[in-house]
Amino acid sequence: MISTSPPPDGCQADGSNAGSSAAETLLDVSGLSVSFPAGRQRATVVRNVDLQVRPGETVAVVGESGSGKSVTALAITRLLDYAGGRIDAGTLAFRLRDGASLDLARAPQERMRQLRGPEIAMVFQEPMTSLNPVLRIGNQIAEAVMLHQGLGAAAAREEARRMLERVRIPEAGRQLDRYPFQLSGGMRQRVMIAMALSCRPRLLIADEPTTALDVTVQAQVLRLMRALQQEMGMSLLFITHDMGVVAEIADRVVVMRDGLVVEQGDVGAIFARPQQDYTRRLLAAVPVLGSLAGENLPRPFPENGKEPPPQDTVDAAHKPVLEVDRLVTRFEVRRGLLGRSVGRIHAVEHVSFMVRPGETLGLVGESGCGKSTTGRSIIRLEQPEAGSIRLDGEDVTELTADSEKLLRRAVQYVFQDPFASLDPRLTIGFSVAEPIRTHDLLRGRAVEERVGALLEQVGLGGGYSRRYPHELSGGQRQRVCIARALASEPRLIIADEAVAALDVSIRSQVVNLLMDLQRRLGVAYLFISHDMAVVERIAHRVAVMYLGQIVEIGPRGAVLGDPQHAYTRRLLAAVPIPDPARRGHERALDDSEVPSPMRRHDDPPEVAPLVRVGPDHYVARHRIGGLF
Amino acid sequence: MSETTASSRALADTALRSPLGEFWRRFRTKRVAIGAGIVLVLIVLTSVLAPWTAPYNPTTPDYQAILAGPSWAHWFGTDAYGRDILSRVIWGGRISLWVGFVSVALGGVAGVVLGLISGYAGGWVDSVIMRFSDVLLAFPGILLAIGIVAVLGPGVTNVIYAVAVFSVPVFARLVRGSTLALKQSVYVQASRSIGVRGTALVLRHIFPGTLPGVIVYMSLRVGTAILTAAALSFIGLGAQPPSPEWGAMLADGRSYLGVDDQLTLFPGLAIFVTVLALNLLGDGLRDALDQRLR
Repeated sequence: MISTSPPPDGCQADGSNAGSSAAETLLDVSGLSVSFPAGRQRATVVRNVDLQVRPGETVAVVGESGSGKSVTALAITRLLDYAGGRIDAGTLAFRLRDGASLDLARAPQERMRQLRGPEIAMVFQEPMTSLNPVLRIGNQIAEAVMLHQGLGAAAAREEARRMLERVRIPEAGRQLDRYPFQLSGGMRQRVMIAMALSCRPRLLIADEPTTALDVTVQAQVLRLMRALQQEMGMSLLFITHDMGVVAEIADRVVVMRDGLVVEQGDVGAIFARPQQDYTRRLLAAVPVLGSLAGENLPRPFPENGKEPPPQDTVDAAHKPVLEVDRLVTRFEVRRGLLGRSVGRIHAVEHVSFMVRPGETLGLVGESGCGKSTTGRSIIRLEQPEAGSIRLDGEDVTELTADSEKLLRRAVQYVFQDPFASLDPRLTIGFSVAEPIRTHDLLRGRAVEERVGALLEQVGLGGGYSRRYPHELSGGQRQRVCIARALASEPRLIIADEAVAALDVSIRSQVVNLLMDLQRRLGVAYLFISHDMAVVERIAHRVAVMYLGQIVEIGPRGAVLGDPQHAYTRRLLAAVPIPDPARRGHERALDDSEVPSPMRRHDDPPEVAPLVRVGPDHYVARHRIGGLF
Repeated sequence: MSETTASSRALADTALRSPLGEFWRRFRTKRVAIGAGIVLVLIVLTSVLAPWTAPYNPTTPDYQAILAGPSWAHWFGTDAYGRDILSRVIWGGRISLWVGFVSVALGGVAGVVLGLISGYAGGWVDSVIMRFSDVLLAFPGILLAIGIVAVLGPGVTNVIYAVAVFSVPVFARLVRGSTLALKQSVYVQASRSIGVRGTALVLRHIFPGTLPGVIVYMSLRVGTAILTAAALSFIGLGAQPPSPEWGAMLADGRSYLGVDDQLTLFPGLAIFVTVLALNLLGDGLRDALDQRLR
């Protein structure tokens, strides 16, 4: 079986494990196998895993969903026992402060409870659910401090304030009395880290701690974790699926797949000279921002090691397929018994753009910037307040019987979550046929034939039409959603984070499929995404949204290569680069928070037309959320 | 690697089951509910096949055997007219079960339709339907049923209507709740973005999602309906003599309590066992079907 030997002695890892000899391993996992009950038998989900964490070292465990990386972390903390799992074999030798070694796999739960916190602390993915929503954060941190350090209430509160300062939370003293819901996702994750670190653990296990965060916040949190780790000299076991994050933070990397360790080694070596085929494929599938620098046309992801040719699909002679002019969508925020409106969320504020036939416009921005609401307003899942929407020159702003028919046929939507966007009780064939039947495009046998052809087109056989969504993987389901979107022969497909929920290797396949369909069918895309590297591959033009407004729009090469707006630059600087060699220079990051898009009625945001800065390249020169 | 793929497939197998398969896998483990289901099927079969399963004619008096205790000839004994109680319980099951199932089916259908309309349409339609069901829910069920029967007149058919009416608001509320949730689900939004709307959207995508809850509630409700029907017959508003209805049989036997207990014991047992079986089955179905309660 594939289980690599421990890494060579004296591995050079950015000097962060200086002062610790390789012999004193803090955590030595060997031969770990874990199983879960599956019906009457047990399914082994982690088998024969070996990994070591030395003092002061950051080990990243990386793998796609189902690789067993999180289960490995659960086994080390023995929270596995509460999740229904069982350690079948192996030892988890942990070196205690006094130098004695303890096998965590066999320690009683009471002993583990004492260790969790002062010795081993954890940070989880979802900062929303890991904090108790009804307790003030100061009390939550102080509780952990009192429990493990035996301090009095006042001293514990002081310690909590110090910890919040340590995780760079501004005005820490005032934040102590706030509730989790009053903090942003990034701030909550900082609070979680503060809680985890409050007991000065020697090993911090972080399970996808930045996955739920926006890219600029992710960059802030990663930088914070690295700084704290060096200050406190603790070891970090970092679980992630994101090779970019691995390159940013890890000293050593353990690549897992299907419960096995595929390869492990020094981060530089893994990225520069991957030994295993799987690692190579995983790295090849990672989109690298900047890989198309200097090129203007989109280009599919490499397949089988070959870089495909760029694609020129835009029909500039024809009139635009979609024109959006000064679109405004706002949500009233009502509070209190009488539902009095206390403010408005300016989700989409005077947004204008157009998409040409065969063109892909990438709409990028962080969560809450209004990019999804823009897409949903176009297809009227939200009701815009003002502005106009034209399809092929026809005004569809007011939905009449005719214009609704046109809109519903010509524009299709692909949602983010492929598990939720198909009716679980209907067959794939029925779902794909639904647009055909709804618009009465074909009848009888012809419908079935068309469904078969559509499924072929997205790389699934016609045989899939009798299957149910639950029988398919995430990638396959997203292909079904794409087939369904194609069924009404649309002119434009709005893909709303359509690849965000997919594993990295599947993601590149689906992006390539979308591009292939564009080449063959000439369909235009409004590609809504937070992932700049994917947008770089697929988009002809890019629009950057911030606080409900487009701050910059233009040809992809110009916007990503020579960003003119401060926010675009900040967004690009935060994207993790999957290359550990480029980590050294600390890139310019600021710790500022994104302001809320909610405003009082008497305080409308400033809006102004964009200013032309280059061919087809426009930038906002007015103040948006303090940036311009 | 072959071992690994086998293990991941074993995991995948548990994840990949149809909603029906998933339901069956969970329901199979509920021994009590399965037992209750079997008992119920036996009761229903025996009653439906009453002309063949009942040893005597339920209405023919036998003056040679008045108020006889249980014996080999009459397992459950006989009543004041010498009629065989076992046969009357079997034939009475036809009426009681018929009232139970039909009234709940009627009330369920009306409630589901109202709930779907209420949840999907929203606005003033929703307010009107929900306030109407609030009014109905404010009455104790039996009081409402008595009121309706008092207006329509006694008889089995009118009992069905009465019980149906007081089942409507319960189903309307239940279905409205899940309709509101499903209306916001991504796949309903996805269908809407394709252009599906109105009745097609509701019937194709929303209604099937409300079914698990409805099925569970129906099974629980049939028990209540049987009890109510029996109560109405007991106070003389339901089935009229000489029809062998369980509630009416209890009323008949009331004057012989303490003397000839078989008159009340066996119809009472029949009600008890049937309602208990329905409730146990309903609990099992709820555990296996209704995602919100898991």
